[in-house]
Amino acid sequence: MWDFGRFGDNVAIIDEGKTKITYRQLAQEGKQLAEAAGKRCLVFCLCENTIGSVLGYSAFVEHNIVPVLLSSHLEKELLDNLLSAYSPSYLWVPKEQENSFPDSKTVYESYQYVLLKTGYGKDYPLYDELCLMLTTSGSTGSPKFVRQSYTNVKVNAESIAEYLSLDETERPITTLPMNYTYGLSIINSHFLVGATLLVTDKGLMQKEFWNFFKEEQATSFGGVPYTYEMLDRLRFWRMELPSLRTMTQAGGKIIPELHKKFAEYAAGNGKQFIVMYGQCEATARMGYLPAERAIVKCGSMGIAIPGGNFHLVDANGKEITEPFVAGELVYKGENVTLGYAECGEDLIKADERNGVLQTGDMAQFDADGYYYIVGRKKRFLKIYGNRVNLDEIDRLIKGKFSNIDCASAGIDDHMYLFVTDQSIADEVKEFVAAKTKLNPAAFQAIVIDEIPKNDAGKTLYKELAKYYG
Amino acid sequence: MNNLEKYDAAFIEALEITKEQLEGLEYQQIPSWDSVGHMGLVAAIEDAFDIMMDTDDIIDLSSYEKGKEILSKNYNIEF
Repeated sequence: MWDFGRFGDNVAIIDEGKTKITYRQLAQEGKQLAEAAGKRCLVFCLCENTIGSVLGYSAFVEHNIVPVLLSSHLEKELLDNLLSAYSPSYLWVPKEQENSFPDSKTVYESYQYVLLKTGYGKDYPLYDELCLMLTTSGSTGSPKFVRQSYTNVKVNAESIAEYLSLDETERPITTLPMNYTYGLSIINSHFLVGATLLVTDKGLMQKEFWNFFKEEQATSFGGVPYTYEMLDRLRFWRMELPSLRTMTQAGGKIIPELHKKFAEYAAGNGKQFIVMYGQCEATARMGYLPAERAIVKCGSMGIAIPGGNFHLVDANGKEITEPFVAGELVYKGENVTLGYAECGEDLIKADERNGVLQTGDMAQFDADGYYYIVGRKKRFLKIYGNRVNLDEIDRLIKGKFSNIDCASAGIDDHMYLFVTDQSIADEVKEFVAAKTKLNPAAFQAIVIDEIPKNDAGKTLYKELAKYYG
Repeated sequence: MNNLEKYDAAFIEALEITKEQLEGLEYQQIPSWDSVGHMGLVAAIEDAFDIMMDTDDIIDLSSYEKGKEILSKNYNIEF
């Protein structure tokens, strides 16, 4: 994938404790780790933004071992479900979690991470092109993974490096988890050019983050819409950040006012603000708005990335050729992933999409061919950049509370949980916040007399919109 | 409400917690006090005291006690 050796003594990763690892060391350490695993197999990686975590991931990809990237904070019960569905040969986990897996044996250790051999003894056959797997939502614990191929990961990273003009002088700082497709794409694209990753699990709201940012001269970061709201709240405009060159945004549609504010700040301060569009199903990126168009095309997610193309189809599947007519956005490119897996038997599956992805997003383009997202076909919300499937939330609630009628709906970053029983409203809200591991501020329970349904008993979600407008 | 009551109320409302949880409470110690919760908390404190906090103070507010210290030192709010 990256061939680390060619970047020699370039520093590949620096962490908050000033520990550094060069590309040469990354290649050497990676080789030893891969030898410890011994064969092409499936490994669950419990990720953090640390050297050990990135080292393991990159070693597996580089040596044809298939990592599944999950959060190290994943709820135990959800993780157990995933483990039993896929029975991976190994786990790559932070050393402090070593004892959480008593049935596994430590076979290798590096940079505070350990390789644990599991006792499943059941290796599902893996499709030759399968490179890695990621979750689509990450939070609700669905066993559904996106299967990404070696070609997917490589071409998308190359395309990103091209349109962002990345080179070895870049020093991106982590603001997103690496098990999140956008966070991972930053690692993948920067490793391709020999740049230096600054890794930290500290966040924008912490002093340690900004100290690290300034001391190590970060040149770029990525953020979801909520990240930019936080930066706005932090009065980011007043901060002295001379090393900063580029801010990228993805993971949902940023509100046009904020888009404008950051585009103008960037233009006035010799920096770039680049809005992008993507999905895990397309590896990571599909579209981007070139920095020089950030102000004139405010509110747009841009054009297709190098090597890809967009078109729109109407309800009858016919291509839309007129500007300002909304239709479903379809993307074509080599970064369109193989498909999904829902259990171990699916790991042998080949390419099911053939380079075409129906995004599920409704969009239109302007007279210059710039695309604007206008809505969604499917029932999901983006909460702080995380895709949360509303039907799945309904199922989770109904599974937990017996004899309950409920329906969830809302807008990005604000989910409304409709219930008919006042006495459990708070409990439902707490349950959903805990299950998704998202801040409870995103959820509100609303008690109504009855959940609106049609004659066939199907919930009329549109009628709920009047409660939150 | 006196200043302490206002300060406590901002925490209780923004982080959806009880008064008993306040003492010794630190950033990221509970699920609701993450970066999202922090933003809500800062907004609640700013509203309660009608102030605009500086960036350095916002990122320095790492515990219940630290917040009091910042408010009294930099914003002349007595507890």
